[in-house]
Amino acid sequence: MALLVFVHHDDGEFSANSLGMLAKAAALGGDVTAFVAGSGVDDGWAAALGGHGAAKVLVADDAALAGGLSQPIVDALEASARDADAVLFGAGVVSADVAAGLAARLGAGIACETTDLAAGDGGIVATRPALDDTVMVESGFSSKPGVVLARANAFAPREEASGTAPVERVAVTVSDWSQAAALTGREAAESGGVDITEADVLVTVGRGMGGPENVPLVEALAKALGGEVAATRAVVDAGWVPYSMQVGQTGKTVSPKLYIACGVSGAIQHKVGMASAGTIIAINKDANAPIFEFADVGVVGDALAILPKLTELLAARG
Amino acid sequence: MKIAVCVKEVPSATSHRRLDPATSRLDRSGDSEPNPFDMHALEEAIRIREGGADVSEIVAVCMGPESAQRVLTKALALGADRAVLVTDPSLAGSDIAGTAYVLATVLGREEADLVMLGQQAADADCYVMAAAVADHMRRPLVTQVAGLTVAGGKLQAKRQAEHGYDLIEAPLPAVVSVSDAINTPRLPSIKAIMGAKRKPLETVSAGDLSLDAGRVGGDGAQSVVRSISPPPPKTEGIRIEDAGGDAAGKVVAILAERGLI
Ligand SMILES: Cc1cc2nc3c(=O)[nH]c(=O)nc-3n(C[C@H](O)[C@H](O)[C@H](O)COP(=O)(O)OP(=O)(O)OC[C@H]3O[C@@H](n4cnc5c(N)ncnc54)[C@H](O)[C@@H]3O)c2cc1C
Ligand SMILES: Nc1ncnc2c1ncn2[C@@H]1O[C@H](COP(=O)(O)O)[C@@H](O)[C@H]1O
Repeated sequence: MALLVFVHHDDGEFSANSLGMLAKAAALGGDVTAFVAGSGVDDGWAAALGGHGAAKVLVADDAALAGGLSQPIVDALEASARDADAVLFGAGVVSADVAAGLAARLGAGIACETTDLAAGDGGIVATRPALDDTVMVESGFSSKPGVVLARANAFAPREEASGTAPVERVAVTVSDWSQAAALTGREAAESGGVDITEADVLVTVGRGMGGPENVPLVEALAKALGGEVAATRAVVDAGWVPYSMQVGQTGKTVSPKLYIACGVSGAIQHKVGMASAGTIIAINKDANAPIFEFADVGVVGDALAILPKLTELLAARG
Repeated sequence: MKIAVCVKEVPSATSHRRLDPATSRLDRSGDSEPNPFDMHALEEAIRIREGGADVSEIVAVCMGPESAQRVLTKALALGADRAVLVTDPSLAGSDIAGTAYVLATVLGREEADLVMLGQQAADADCYVMAAAVADHMRRPLVTQVAGLTVAGGKLQAKRQAEHGYDLIEAPLPAVVSVSDAINTPRLPSIKAIMGAKRKPLETVSAGDLSLDAGRVGGDGAQSVVRSISPPPPKTEGIRIEDAGGDAAGKVVAILAERGLI
């Protein structure tokens, strides 16, 4: 079975989710090819994907691929994808956009949020948890190729990667419309500050905390517990706290001993960044919030009222 | 400028969501609501108009069963000028590829300058539709947009990826999906709810769009469900209701018991 794995990279680093998918593909057995797109790609750098499970690496190198936006990558990937039985993607914002664009281009089936893969006589079979992870769904494909997009952190990269794979360059033609969008800049992630991945205790502010004026309630509780403050994307996107505090798919993956989520709904993209925390306590006023599906302790109530009391009780214990 | 907003009908958050074991499809018989993530796209379209841009029309577009008229009526009450529902028994069971093809076809007919989608569908959690639609329509794409400016025939967008924020510029016509933090959607006024009934809601069939029957519905689906099963068992969590107001005390007791304080 010919498996083509798209490997996303940023600033010279391969995405861990892409490397995880490569490791999974190699474990399935089959003929595994990695695909890298960029501008000024170094063959030696790309060849290292051999150590992560690729038997061959295809490189698409073109000035139009420099910005790392998804649409020119779909153009570059299309021809190689047509030769594959399945095209596999680790999670990621750009990877998802490439996967979806490619599926549309090829009229191919796409399986999202994949947490397990199997290869059998009937082709590739993708498993995903669905409906807030209350049911497992196994899907196959009637298209060739099938397109598979993994859930964040579903597959781990090889711990030891050594060796290289032969590199082959592919012809690239990028159409005008797919180059119309342009990356004009990046907002630099602020350096310094605390590293939330190191904290034993995290208290997380979600949109249910109402507004940035209530973040001090979370800070006070974190302080009383000797921990740090973390946040959801909703709160970071809204500018309440900096990006460095975000937990989840596009933020940090954390594994503290104690995680207290305040006004957090428990979206899958948040869950993937914190599900391995020791004890998860959720405070949410909606008894149906998805976070109660996976919290160890679920408190149904108003976080704005409960937090100050909690902080006070902890302070009283000294 | 014309703006089209995609609005999906999803089972309401309070309903018991399940897959029908007979068809492996989502059971859509219970209460439904507009996908909450799409309300942010609609709100943003309304704000673009309120911000002074010359927006000739905001059209809400949905593919779904006939019951989806209700969610489009809500979109009309919130501020869409017109709504289009693509509904046809032959479309039931369409997969992502099929849905993207149908949406792109009806959106192409609308000739909107800006197509807006939500960050994800609450019942599918996929976040892929915008990119698939953009590829069909051959239009520039920005997904997960947290900040948007539209002026002078182009858009400027800010979106989060794994390294922080990207700033992306694209000429119109374009396709965007918006983050749920881009705005706080308004609630419709009673007057607007009454007025919505007088706004045009058009229903179109697969035949009206000359859709290729081989690409839609359960038979045209390229991704095929093989089986559904329960998830691995997990330990049941402790539930504390804050009715009496002593939740904080109970939490402290649990923390102490587990040696966490
Ligand atoms: C590609 C992609 C990547 C993403 N990456 C991430 C990521 O890295 N991290 C992340 O967090 N999200 C991520 N998301 C977003 C994610 O899908 C959710 O939109 C987000 O996590 C929601 O944040 P929230 O829980 O703060 O807000 P909401 O979903 O709005 O939840 C707020 C909750 O607060 C509750 N509430 C309201 N008032 C109170 C009160 N007074 N007391 C107690 N509870 C209250 C509500 O009941 C609700 O459950 C991503 C999405 C996509 C599509
Ligand atoms: N059947 C549909 N009708 C209208 N819009 C849809 C439909 N399915 C998906 N969408 C749009 O696509 C977005 C992302 O959905 P998804 O990628 O399927 O999670 C949603 O927020 C909607 O805006």
